[in-house]
Amino acid sequence: MLSYIIRRLLYTIPVIWGVVTVVFLLMAVVPGDPARIMMGQRGDPETLARIRSDLGLDLPIHQQYFRFLKEVAKGDLGTSYRTNQKVSHAIVERFPATFRLAFWAMIFASAIGVTAGILSAVKQYSFFDYSAMFFAIAGVSAPVFWVGLILLFIFAYNLNVIPGVGYGEGSVLYLILPVITLGVRPAALIARLTRSCMLEVLNQDYIRTARAKGLGEKTVILKHALKNAMIPVITIIGTQLSALLSGAVLTETIFAWPGIGRLAVEALVARDFPMIRGTVIFMALIFLVANIVVDISYGFIDPRVRYS
Amino acid sequence: MGTGENNNSSRHGNLWYEAWLRFRRNRLAMVGLIMVISVILIAIFAPYIAPYDPLKQLIWTEGKAIKLAPPSSSHIMGTDFYGRDVLSRIIFGARISLQIGIFATIVSLLIGVPLGALAGYFPGWVDDLISWLINVVFAFPFILFVLAVVAVFKNPSMIVIYLAIGLVTWVQIARVVRAQFISLREREFVEAARALGLPTWRIIFIHILPNALAPVIVQATLGMGSIIMIEAGLAFLGFGAQPPTPSWGLMISIGQKFLATGHWWWAIFPGLAIMYTVLAFNFLGDGLRDALDVRLKR
Repeated sequence: MLSYIIRRLLYTIPVIWGVVTVVFLLMAVVPGDPARIMMGQRGDPETLARIRSDLGLDLPIHQQYFRFLKEVAKGDLGTSYRTNQKVSHAIVERFPATFRLAFWAMIFASAIGVTAGILSAVKQYSFFDYSAMFFAIAGVSAPVFWVGLILLFIFAYNLNVIPGVGYGEGSVLYLILPVITLGVRPAALIARLTRSCMLEVLNQDYIRTARAKGLGEKTVILKHALKNAMIPVITIIGTQLSALLSGAVLTETIFAWPGIGRLAVEALVARDFPMIRGTVIFMALIFLVANIVVDISYGFIDPRVRYS
Repeated sequence: MGTGENNNSSRHGNLWYEAWLRFRRNRLAMVGLIMVISVILIAIFAPYIAPYDPLKQLIWTEGKAIKLAPPSSSHIMGTDFYGRDVLSRIIFGARISLQIGIFATIVSLLIGVPLGALAGYFPGWVDDLISWLINVVFAFPFILFVLAVVAVFKNPSMIVIYLAIGLVTWVQIARVVRAQFISLREREFVEAARALGLPTWRIIFIHILPNALAPVIVQATLGMGSIIMIEAGLAFLGFGAQPPTPSWGLMISIGQKFLATGHWWWAIFPGLAIMYTVLAFNFLGDGLRDALDVRLKR
């Protein structure tokens, strides 16, 4: 087990190196002079030259690359062209909002998805089953930002039950719509998967045995069936959480949510390349770490899994 | 098919025919097929179907009343801020979405199929290298990576957008092709081809690849849906198609500013169009998967 974890972590290093390199190459081919972007039209040639040498832009490209690698390895992602803030500081400042959003979205999605999936499986081909699966299919096919806009239109603009967009200094009211928006897709995926896993498990011999020995239907479903049906579901919850963490870009944009996704979009609009680089690298890192955690947790959830 | 497969080419034809029979029995799959065909027809015949010119600003001819007019009998889905007919713009928008879906899929196939084939056929460093590349691309947040590629260009053309999306989505194709090649490369017909001394490229592309096609078709079909969704997101953020292109994502992006004032039709109807199209490709893809009997990890 421990050797598996270590190997898994070691394999992540070349992947991170690849991510950093791709990001470097991408930003290196950008036309235009970063010193100019920083200074706008104001800069006199001397200041521009000084900035270029500060940023190492006067070095040959391979030296710039090694310099960049060294800085990233030290956790230094550079300084924003736009705000002059350290990129790493901006990320640390914005990440909690994204985490909060993704975490509650996942709780919401799991609660709705698992409940709907179980009920659908138990009452297969019922009206509930058909309507739940219809919503699940619709939920996977609807664009996230559009779902968010509809929610805003209904609850904020027409019913006035929710104040609108923004962070609202952490008020729960402001959290509700973004959480639902971000949670619709994973909820739909989880509902479909829970249903099919439950149906598969309900046909197994040990379920027949449990029923035959006279256990109540509730015990059979919630204790015996659910436990085994949940294994694939927990996997998807893990992978979806990492997808949410990095995928909150559109939801955060609509709801003016001060998270990493919006930070990245703002940076893209302003062509603030150090910030773009930093947020992309950070999100990739989150994705990799989350995946390792998911892989490792298999072993705890499913005793049949053996790491070799 | 290849020379080495002449002996079973008739059976091969039957496999596809059997798949079609299975597909036809699947109601959702047929619904998906009909939906996809309907979108394609709408895109092709847009000028004949659309009641108005999608770019024509009717305020100049019909006066201010036509600006942001709610749905009515003459404008079923209402008009936008410039007095353009929303329905006509949605009909023409099918062209943009399909165009991006098709070209980005071609890009992702052109990269994903050869790389996946090489990784699956050559275990060892070739596989290690390509698998590493796949993992690197997978680690990127998809939409952000596409955004970053597009942002490199100051005025991205549609070709840049196809390329950017293809540069991200090829990994899904490559994974599927690789898995197929790994299971096929030790089969008898491949060994026979090797024993005959055929060149490696021939074995890979003419003998193994046709047998690995089914999952590629399924993945590409399902991928169409997600590509159309990615494009809508790009346009929504202002990095995709530019005004006045009637792109669905762009319509939602501009229309959303008028939601707070109750002009919902501009932003809501294009979303339905996206949903319909994505749903169509998902149904079709799921149907193809069942009919072609492919097991895919999604």
